[in-house]
Amino acid sequence: MSDADHDVRTDSPDRSVTTNDSVNKSLLIPLAVFVGLVMILAVGFNLEDPHFLPSELIDQQFPEFSLNELNAPDRIVTHKDIKGQVALVNVWATWCPNCLIEHPELMRISREEGLPLYGINYNDESVKARQWLVRHNNPFQFNIVDDQGKLGIDLGVYGAPETFVLDANGVIRYRHVGPVTRRVWEETLRPVVDLLLSQASQSSTVMEG
Amino acid sequence: MIVELGHFSLILALGLAFSLALLPAVGVYQRQPRLMQMAGSLSAGLFVFLLLSFVCLAYAFWTDDFSVAYVARNSNSALPLQYKMSAIWGAHEGSFLLWTLIMGGWTLAVSIFSRGLTLDMRARVLAILGALTIGFILFLLLTSNPFDRTLPVFPADGADLNPLLQDFGLIVHPPMLYMGYVGMAVPFAFAIATLTTGRLDAAWARWSRPWTNVAWAFLTVGITLGSWWAYYELGWGGWWFWDAVENASFMPWLIGTALIHSLAVTEKRGVFKSWTVLLAIFAFSFSLLGAFIVRSGVLTSVHAFAVDPERGMFILAFLVVVIGGSLLLYAIKVSGIKSEAGFDWTSRETMVLVNNLLLVTATGAVLLGTLYPLIYEALTDGKKISVGPPYFNAVFVPLMLLLFAAMAVSPTSRWKKTPIAFFTQQWRPMLASVLIVGALVFFLGSSFSGVVVLVDAMALWIVINLVRDFSSKVANKVQKIPSLFRQSMSYYGMLLGHVGIAVAVIGVCTTVYYTQEKDLRMAPGDVVNLAGYEFRFNEMRKVKGPNYIADQAEIEVLVDGVRQTVLYPEKRFYEASRNVMTEADIDPSLFRDLYVALGEPIGGDAWAVRVHYKPFVRWIWFGGLLIALGGFTTILDRRYRAVKQARQTSVVSSSGSNSASSAAI
Repeated sequence: MSDADHDVRTDSPDRSVTTNDSVNKSLLIPLAVFVGLVMILAVGFNLEDPHFLPSELIDQQFPEFSLNELNAPDRIVTHKDIKGQVALVNVWATWCPNCLIEHPELMRISREEGLPLYGINYNDESVKARQWLVRHNNPFQFNIVDDQGKLGIDLGVYGAPETFVLDANGVIRYRHVGPVTRRVWEETLRPVVDLLLSQASQSSTVMEG
Repeated sequence: MIVELGHFSLILALGLAFSLALLPAVGVYQRQPRLMQMAGSLSAGLFVFLLLSFVCLAYAFWTDDFSVAYVARNSNSALPLQYKMSAIWGAHEGSFLLWTLIMGGWTLAVSIFSRGLTLDMRARVLAILGALTIGFILFLLLTSNPFDRTLPVFPADGADLNPLLQDFGLIVHPPMLYMGYVGMAVPFAFAIATLTTGRLDAAWARWSRPWTNVAWAFLTVGITLGSWWAYYELGWGGWWFWDAVENASFMPWLIGTALIHSLAVTEKRGVFKSWTVLLAIFAFSFSLLGAFIVRSGVLTSVHAFAVDPERGMFILAFLVVVIGGSLLLYAIKVSGIKSEAGFDWTSRETMVLVNNLLLVTATGAVLLGTLYPLIYEALTDGKKISVGPPYFNAVFVPLMLLLFAAMAVSPTSRWKKTPIAFFTQQWRPMLASVLIVGALVFFLGSSFSGVVVLVDAMALWIVINLVRDFSSKVANKVQKIPSLFRQSMSYYGMLLGHVGIAVAVIGVCTTVYYTQEKDLRMAPGDVVNLAGYEFRFNEMRKVKGPNYIADQAEIEVLVDGVRQTVLYPEKRFYEASRNVMTEADIDPSLFRDLYVALGEPIGGDAWAVRVHYKPFVRWIWFGGLLIALGGFTTILDRRYRAVKQARQTSVVSSSGSNSASSAAI
């Protein structure tokens, strides 16, 4: 914009004395803006998010939904299907490199921890998602197809992967943003899960009693 | 074997691209006409090998060669042939091969149609295009090779093309869009070539104009088709979502729109020269930025290509080299450029400047909205946010209203200085527009909306002024009827483009304010009334397509008990990919669409059904096509042919001389 101004004010003296030897500083503005832009893109691109995201949804019921199941398109799954047990809900997509990084750990959790995992296939193409699961194995009880990102919006998801810990009543108790590694499991998710499991067993014994 | 041939051609093309970038440039540096002249044949060779490579991939799709990973992921033996062909650009690798082929096509076109340029200039432009092509081919070979094999264990059948893409709109949408994106490389190359000569005269504006107009017109067609496709294929009746990838195509379009206007002023009046160069750099930069956004996964989107970090880093590095380098060159070379002519604030030059500032501001707003989630995340230590349509509508719409006001008066204003009376007399067409539109909305609209009156009246004001201008041009002539057809093609192009904008604006505003829709449960025998139409759900049946089976509803549309049409929306199940797709059925007409889409089955024989009444929605795409037609029309202008011939003679006389001044033309 500033350059257009130069052309408009053709008679201004500072323009006429400028020579080819010295670079007019305002001409560097576009370059400076571009450098800023590149930094944002580079940061955004490399953002490996180790931060826990405080969620408005903590201690709220998991949002209601009614969506297709990835591997059985005839089947509709709803929020009722993920209630009943302490569980992990993992938001993933084939376009998300970090989802691949956390995948082995999710496989291990599903194998060894006796905890149901539910997947939300977020803003993805179902064909690719199915192939991805075939290639890398499927740790999930079922996968919710959120190809239009609506459930993601309800959950406040921006990127993938994100992992929610739900208690037996389907209430969101914890949210982890970024890949679930062995360390994340040991240090943050497992304590939450253990706490919820002990609470659940207490309340069920109370009810039985 | 054929596949390896394709891969090999691509490698040869890389070698040719290197030669094209280097040899003519060396020729310019050493003043060797023979090296400079090689640019033409190298461009042709480059295109031939890119085409061969593309044809080899097409052959792999045609013969269901599932040993090729890309084919196996995106095709299936039961896929109809036309979709097998469009599957070539159905995913990342193949679509980028198409992108690169189109780049080769533009390069070849420049080498053929720019024979009239000085040898020196032509060599510079083609060398720059060649250098860009190096980057594109390297990207393909290093990160996204469509010829990778799945050997030794290859699948018996392919995973099928994403059903969303099995559609006519998607056969033509990407090629048109890429023609636009990549076409912006041509004015970019002209701008950079001119900067390297150090002589920033108005001649480059004349050379760039037809190329820019065509590239921009293709981009317009691409965006229009994308919007149309989203409307009928995605099944929720929307035609624009402010999605990151849509924005990625919209930003170069906005800048391109500024550029074609700015180029016109630079050519005709010799002002805004450095600004126009900057816009040319920006237009192509936004094309590349779009490619980065779409293919790096930095922003999530409904379009999400399969991505990996390597690709993102490659494109980012490419952006830094190309855009950073250009802007640096710009900063160094543009100092000391002077405009030759002054102008008054009431002049048409000022109007175009206003146009440019508004368009660039709008682009900045869209860019900010698109990248804001990233910026926010970086600044707040990882907090997340998403920016939706409310932001975009809030900043974009007011800017556009100002732009339309400038658009209404600009085409009829004068260069240098316009009499003030011209502006003060504008209240007459304004008032007429408001009264006409107000009366139409009052008597025909289902409810009265001040916004619709305001916006549609602005569109009408634009058209009235164009008609008055055109009729005054005709009225001055003795032979009135023949003079209707004797204006310059550029002028007709401008008329079409501006009328197209007015038509699209009326479509957008009216649709937004008067759409009616209902989501409801319907079982056979149920009836729903919407906007005076009665929709009767008659029955459900199973139908079978080539690679899918579908539940099809028969919905009869009646007005006062008289049958108007029958709609057959479908819920398709694609067998190979096990995907379910909504196929809406639409009864289109000039003034309203009736749109019916099937949702989910809700127990028994009942279904969720979505019914829309969308007035004037066709006008959006019809307007878009008119705008594009306007862009294409301008290149038929006799001026460009005359210039070419004049240049050819001048080249003969100055052939081989590096110092041949382009200013002579």
